[in-house]
Amino acid sequence: MEIALRVNGQERTGDIEPRRLLIHFIRGDLGLTGSHVGCDTTSCGACTVLLDGSPVKSCTLFAVQANGSEIKTVEGLMQDGELDPIQAAFKEEHGLQCGFCTPGMMLTAAELLDRNPSPSEDDIRWALSGNICRCTGYVNIVKAVQAAAPAKSEPVATGSEA
Amino acid sequence: MSNIRDMMRSFELFQPTELEGALTLLREYGSDAWVLSGGMDTFDWLKDRAKQPRVVVDLGGLEELRGISEGDDGGLLIGARTTITEVATHPEVIRRYRLLAEAADMVATPQIRNQGTLGGNLAQDTRCWYYRSGWPCYRAGGNTCYANTPTSINREHGIFEADRCVAVSPSDTAPALVALDARMVVSSHRSERIVDAADFFITPGTDITRMTVLHPGEILVAVQIPERWAGKTFYFEKVADRQAWDFALASVASALELSGGLIQDARIVMGGVSPRPLRMRRVEETIVGRALDDETIEAAGAVAADGARPLRFNQYKLSLTRNLVKRAIREATA
Repeated sequence: MEIALRVNGQERTGDIEPRRLLIHFIRGDLGLTGSHVGCDTTSCGACTVLLDGSPVKSCTLFAVQANGSEIKTVEGLMQDGELDPIQAAFKEEHGLQCGFCTPGMMLTAAELLDRNPSPSEDDIRWALSGNICRCTGYVNIVKAVQAAAPAKSEPVATGSEA
Repeated sequence: MSNIRDMMRSFELFQPTELEGALTLLREYGSDAWVLSGGMDTFDWLKDRAKQPRVVVDLGGLEELRGISEGDDGGLLIGARTTITEVATHPEVIRRYRLLAEAADMVATPQIRNQGTLGGNLAQDTRCWYYRSGWPCYRAGGNTCYANTPTSINREHGIFEADRCVAVSPSDTAPALVALDARMVVSSHRSERIVDAADFFITPGTDITRMTVLHPGEILVAVQIPERWAGKTFYFEKVADRQAWDFALASVASALELSGGLIQDARIVMGGVSPRPLRMRRVEETIVGRALDDETIEAAGAVAADGARPLRFNQYKLSLTRNLVKRAIREATA
């Protein structure tokens, strides 16, 4: 089937089988390998992309279901050679260890900050509850999201629950 | 019984843009057709090859099934394709039926709430892993239950209304909608029928291969919530092993009408303990007409687990049931 969608602002097309998952279309057909396949069971969130602005798990979506939509992947966060504030904050706050979950974490967090410019720690943890960090680096991930928030809230206490 | 992940069997895909077209396709292909909405129940089945439909009918193009509007009788009408996120965050759902908004907010995780639809959350199949792994159990058309043997792992299974199959209703929104006396609008090529939420969900005694009254060829198109319980006193709680993402070990939804210091009417509904969202009618009968005090709450707890038949590893659901029922009365708020 022929599909056409916008990925990171660019018009992209494909001719694919209906069973092709969106994550495989993004990685395999478009060569955008920043989005990862983790669990393949809608659990871990490593494959998270923004579909028309909302975080979705692209391992649990046929590419044909995304026909006509606007997709943003981690490659689309950087603008004009500048890191997105969420990327800069993950770098600054050491919000990653192995980095496998990071693309999904950053996209989910970016959408949260669009909706809520001063999220509490609870807001952040709830928003990221569909993204699992196998390194368990959640404290720094939450710190990074708070650091990137346009209107900063109370900083995360160090040494809280990992 | 094999789990081959990732490469599902190929299928013929249809993406109708009108309900009529979808219903015509379902009439044509009958039980060969798989109805795809948000896909949150679908993908595991297809990736595991436990289900191998020849035809998939994607309802994603049916804009007419999406959205929340005023109902005819002062309540709300929610299209079946409305996402769980939309249900959980809609101002009128929050204002009038906070019970449903809270239940929707406890579904899975944010991404799944963005993708999953209300209709799919209600019509989803059970999570019994023996069944979902493709074992040929009663529910799959076989002649045994793998979850109820001396060595079965059945901590998550049911304590009420088992009949050969001991699987439970996994939905978080279903108990809330039963408590709100919602009605399900079901369409087929021939006709449309309206089914009370409490009758929409069925037990294995009625049909062991289905969780709902939906037949092949039928689509749940909308949910009507009557004005009856708008703004009343509600409580929702979901108990799960994890704070997010997990299915309920047990959940409770209550709607109480209080006046003159008495419980005038009540709906107490539990998820995760029976094949269907279970109205706790003995509890309701026990508390209606009485004051909302400790004595009434204790009386409710005392009858809550009557008739339960626990399995080897789920006896904890007896006390969980009693305590959730008591909390659903004591801590209900307007």
